[in-house]
Amino acid sequence: SHIVLMLADDMACNPRNPKPATVFSHKNMELNVYGDDVEVDYRSYEVTVENFLRVLTGRIPPSTPRSKRLLSDDRSNILIYMTGHGGNGFLKFQDSEEITNVELADAFEQMWQKRRYNELLFIIDTCQGASMYERFYSPNIMALASSQVGEDSLSHQPDLGIGVHLMDRYTFYVLEFLEEIHPASQTNMNDLFQVCPKSLCVSTPGHRTDLFQRDPQNVLITDFFGSVRKVEITTETISLDGDLAGFESKLPEDELATEPLKYAEQLPVAQIIHQKPKQKDWHPPGGFILGLWALIIMVFFKTYGIKHMKHIF
Amino acid sequence: PPAVRTSVTFRYETVYRSTTAREEAALDVATAREADAALHSLQDASLGSLTVYVVPENSSLLPQGVSVYVGKHRSALVRAGGGLAALRTRLRQLTQVMSFTAGSIAAALSDRTPDSQLGPDARRHLKSSLGYEITFSLLNPDPKSHIVDWDIEDAVNRYVQPVLDKLSLLANFSVDSQILYYAVLGVTPRFDKESSSFLLSAHSLPHVINPVEARLGSSAASLYPVLNFLLYVPERSHSPLYIQDKDGAPVSTNAFHSPRWGGIMIYNVEAPASPQASLPLHVDVDMVRVMEVFLAQLRLLFGLSREELPPEFLLESPGNEGLADWELDRLLWAHTVENIATVSTTLTSLAQLLDKIGNIVIKDDVASEVYRAVAAAQSAVAELATGHLHSAFQASKEAVTSSERAFFDPSLLHLLYFPDDQKFAIYIPLFLPMAVPILLSLAKIVREARQRKKEPTKMD
Repeated sequence: SHIVLMLADDMACNPRNPKPATVFSHKNMELNVYGDDVEVDYRSYEVTVENFLRVLTGRIPPSTPRSKRLLSDDRSNILIYMTGHGGNGFLKFQDSEEITNVELADAFEQMWQKRRYNELLFIIDTCQGASMYERFYSPNIMALASSQVGEDSLSHQPDLGIGVHLMDRYTFYVLEFLEEIHPASQTNMNDLFQVCPKSLCVSTPGHRTDLFQRDPQNVLITDFFGSVRKVEITTETISLDGDLAGFESKLPEDELATEPLKYAEQLPVAQIIHQKPKQKDWHPPGGFILGLWALIIMVFFKTYGIKHMKHIF
Repeated sequence: PPAVRTSVTFRYETVYRSTTAREEAALDVATAREADAALHSLQDASLGSLTVYVVPENSSLLPQGVSVYVGKHRSALVRAGGGLAALRTRLRQLTQVMSFTAGSIAAALSDRTPDSQLGPDARRHLKSSLGYEITFSLLNPDPKSHIVDWDIEDAVNRYVQPVLDKLSLLANFSVDSQILYYAVLGVTPRFDKESSSFLLSAHSLPHVINPVEARLGSSAASLYPVLNFLLYVPERSHSPLYIQDKDGAPVSTNAFHSPRWGGIMIYNVEAPASPQASLPLHVDVDMVRVMEVFLAQLRLLFGLSREELPPEFLLESPGNEGLADWELDRLLWAHTVENIATVSTTLTSLAQLLDKIGNIVIKDDVASEVYRAVAAAQSAVAELATGHLHSAFQASKEAVTSSERAFFDPSLLHLLYFPDDQKFAIYIPLFLPMAVPILLSLAKIVREARQRKKEPTKMD
């Protein structure tokens, strides 16, 4: 399996964290969710709506390393989990931008058209989270949210030693549920839908399965969590001739005389510094600018009298 | 989803002729294998074509009980007899084995077929790609007990490279290898008293791959799909370790593979002769045995299987080349069809995206890639219709490269969704204060113009 982790705030290594490199789910410090094998791919300012959509749709600059890409094909099941502050139809990124439910639905449609997923499970834990999955229209998507439209998702418990709330309620109970799943488990999605009822969560979790082709009863949790692969026993072998007498090792030919490269000559410096700037095509000003200027000039001359026009023309 | 109308028709073009004198001479040898070798030098078989020789019923070329012999190049020998109908059946079976079938084409088009119509075989094989990266890894969880030496470089040059050279027409291959220490399988095998060995049952195999995958370092590899072949030397405390299949019988190869990922083989170290042998034991891996399994797994990952054959068929082993010419042709047929289907889906989806979001800017290079993709796809379809497999495949590869480059160009990202209430919320506070004096002045202008029109009548 391949995990792409985008963290906008670094809580574990924040200088104000009295227990550095740990993020616990509860103040009893039993479960460290920032464990040994957490690898953050997009951190702090790299977590933007643009980068998120680039990862999903695959329109990534060619220099991006493999760990920052979503390397999925038409047999991949994808799990997307988003959490943060949100509202009716949007999720906040970095306190300065938002991703809307329409953009997310369009991104999933782009993924479907390129067959970048087989089945997709979308879990969101924000206020009014159900609004984020209302607009999906691509097949094979199942969505869960921590609260309905008009409800707030609440956090679980504060740790007074650190001074912040550690985890959201829905995430806490889902985590508790998942900790008991092992790779051979036969638990299905209907059990996941029952996690965190209103009595525990205060908000009403919602889910959406109408786009999903299979019945949620038959979908195992391990289809999305735990990366259980299909395997086949290898029953065929080929026969190789181990004693190839006439074997010629194909070594690269080192006979081409190449001049050793010198550092100073690698770039065509003379060409670069004497480059003329590219001529930008001149475009006449557009209608809006022309109209605005006409309006301003008209108002000016009306205010100060038409007699000034004579001096101009 | 794009409305896809897929219609694929295929036909086999058959030409009948009698054998030339030189072919007769070539067939006049003792065994079918020699005949095959002799015929290969005579033929000028192009990619995708097959030559079938019908030999007399009492010919001694084919062994007893074998009525069809499939060579390792592009020819086959079929024994006549049993009438024309029986011969036609045999020829039909031969085409199913050696060339493309309705099933293999449907599998290549699996992207467009709804799930319900696909057989279990579809989507198992590797997708068509411009290149593949093969990684051989040796996992030694117990270095205190075993020092494992594998001469991987020599094995790759001797056994793997010939196969990859044969497949070089299909894609670019690159090979790496690594040794990982203290990497354990995620599953604990259970001890079987009867055979006094450890067993891994078939249903625990799916859980083996994930824990070890994180250590393989495939995130540092290239952007091509990675095929991992792992050789696991079990710890001394868990030796010997065998894999059990579903019926409880031990698997002869002691290996399993996962579609589109790679394969794992377990290499058991023989217990030392005397129990007081000093640890660590030195182990020299028998690379021939290992490569036989890995290369078989590589063939299976690509979809080349020799298991289900009609009775009385004899297939010549391709030897160190790994695959026969006609098997390479099968792969090329499937990949060409898949490439063309992918190109059409990609370009259709791109066109729909542009229809939907009218103000995306298409750069010139994206546009030229699209033109190139369309031209190459059209030429691929034309070449495929006439059976020129080589040029069809090259054209389809070019089409796929161009269309993927156009579709995944980073400049095509659209963040242009403006809901109406956001438009109000942003633009009104900006433009309303500016607009108020302008509008009032305009009103004043209009009023004064109207007053001036009335004034000449008033000032009498």
